Amino acid sequence: MPRPFTPKVVTANALLEGDVVYLTEDDRWTRTLTEAELIEDEAHAQLRLLDAEMQPDRVVGPYLADVKAGPQGPEPTHFREAFRSRGPSNYQHGKQAGA
Amino acid sequence: MYSYNEFDTAFLQERNAQFRSQVERRIDGSLTEDEFKPLRLMNGLYLQLHAYMLRVAIPYGTLNSRQMRQLAMIAERWDKGYGHFTTRQNIQYNWPKLQDVPDMLDALADVGMHAIQTSGNTIRNVTADHFSGAAADEIADPRPVAELIRQWSTDHPEFQFLPRKFKVAVTGSPNDRAVTAAHDIGIRIVERHGEIGYQILVGGGLGRTPMIGKVLADFVPGDDLLPYLESIVAVYNLLGRRDNKYKARIKITVHETGLDEIRRMVGDEFAARKPAFAGVDQEMLLEITSHFAPPPFGSAGTGDYDSTYATNPAFRAFVDTNVDTHKRDGYAIVSISLKSHGATPGDATADQMRVMADLAETYAHDELRISHEQNVILPHVPHRHLPAIYAALRDAGLATANIGLISDIIACPGMDYCALATARSIPIAQEIATRFDELELEHDVGPLKIKISGCINACGHHHVGHIGILGLDRAGVENYQITLGGDGTEDASIGERAGPGFGADEIIPAIERLVYAYLDLRESPDETFLQSYRRLGLAPFKAALYPAEAKADAA
Repeated sequence: MPRPFTPKVVTANALLEGDVVYLTEDDRWTRTLTEAELIEDEAHAQLRLLDAEMQPDRVVGPYLADVKAGPQGPEPTHFREAFRSRGPSNYQHGKQAGA
Repeated sequence: MYSYNEFDTAFLQERNAQFRSQVERRIDGSLTEDEFKPLRLMNGLYLQLHAYMLRVAIPYGTLNSRQMRQLAMIAERWDKGYGHFTTRQNIQYNWPKLQDVPDMLDALADVGMHAIQTSGNTIRNVTADHFSGAAADEIADPRPVAELIRQWSTDHPEFQFLPRKFKVAVTGSPNDRAVTAAHDIGIRIVERHGEIGYQILVGGGLGRTPMIGKVLADFVPGDDLLPYLESIVAVYNLLGRRDNKYKARIKITVHETGLDEIRRMVGDEFAARKPAFAGVDQEMLLEITSHFAPPPFGSAGTGDYDSTYATNPAFRAFVDTNVDTHKRDGYAIVSISLKSHGATPGDATADQMRVMADLAETYAHDELRISHEQNVILPHVPHRHLPAIYAALRDAGLATANIGLISDIIACPGMDYCALATARSIPIAQEIATRFDELELEHDVGPLKIKISGCINACGHHHVGHIGILGLDRAGVENYQITLGGDGTEDASIGERAGPGFGADEIIPAIERLVYAYLDLRESPDETFLQSYRRLGLAPFKAALYPAEAKADAA
């Protein structure tokens, strides 16, 4: 039996800065996970990943990351994506510095 | 120390211009990421978790004050004001922007530095004993040989696409401070009947299959070294597994082929290759060696060193812990800890780099070293300057007296930065250091090496830590496995796994139980943790780590 599909966001690194970015519903790349498009359908997820892969002039290494729906928008379900969404934990100089 | 000649300088300029063009073409879309990736990696540029990362080579860990100041300038101008010194005598910048990297490389080239072969399946930055040229126990300075190997291996056309990365380390002392047994090739300078030669170890390495290097040749005469090394790498290039990345390192080749067969093949290769060298390598070595002449050692007395040592307990603690014996009377080797309690191991701010550069220039013959233990060394310090150096270090937050102690922890960047990591390393190191500082036990515990890796690749050398910690992902939660009894010295050994891993909130108490157990078990304060472990074995330490199990077993 296929594994049930769990919600996803499309994420990548920005080409110029290397920053972690997320694809929004209106085709922008945002630095903020909560602004990302929450994808709950597997076929749609594959299409959105293809959309991202068609933008090599803007991003590097797009992939689908697991998330869950939260009150403000998508939230990470794994600690790796949590660190990617906010920056390293030893200094406050990643994304958390601008929050 | 070695300074680049016109050929070296022109080579770097040309290489950087080439890379600048490649970056421009990546940004304008002429190059795809698949095309660009191998090109950026050849120039030390990775894409990590949050940003690009530029890894800069510090060959055999040696640099001067001008170079250190340039590293500080780069950190401030194009990064976030700090750099991370690594276990392979590199410095990493964690936040460069792609379009700035060509300028960063040009700035490095201005002081004879680069990022070539700090990545990729090639011969990486050649490392050496961080006390080279200064150690009292040294047979010969290993840096001329290391520099010869650097020149030979840089852009060597035969060895740019090896089965996997290839690491070489050199020591000139019988007390191995370069972890030669954990390298693809470890070179130990030895003396036989008054002749200097080289003992060659092969097939050491850590990662998912840790192995201690095996002696391939007990004594290679000086004239034969380079053709012999070339023969080893050629045999590996031929036999190394390209079908499976995890079996591609030379340690697996040696294991699968057998040491005797490798020795025979290297011997055949050597016989064929040796004539091609025709002594040119020895002429080069002679020229290189002239650059490593000892500094003009003086002897102008000890100044107020003795009186400061007698009256200032903090200075005395610093000297007792961070200062080593120099080969010259009146001189000392000073290790500057980049592990102040609670800090990120190996990080130095731009200001701290400048302080260290100033101290080297003013007091210490303008030389600095980076150790594989992520600290900075002033190798040639007259005793009379120690009080002034200590005072300047203290003001810069660099005078922590913990070299070789429990808080002098090697930690890889872990999941705070690294795309490969499966758990964090840095916070665990920070918490251990802070905890034992609070307990005021550090000096009582004595020499104890804790090494932490955030994944199985073992950049934090956990396999050769007296206490090794390996961070893993267990069902989406950070989990930490402990190994015990590892050693990276001339008596190298791989640590033994103690048992199931610990959660992030359990690992500090576990280490604390382990250390208290050692304090109870040791025969005297002179018996180190490693000596106790070797005398008693795993059982009593395991019982301390897993008290519930021990209790159940006893019932």
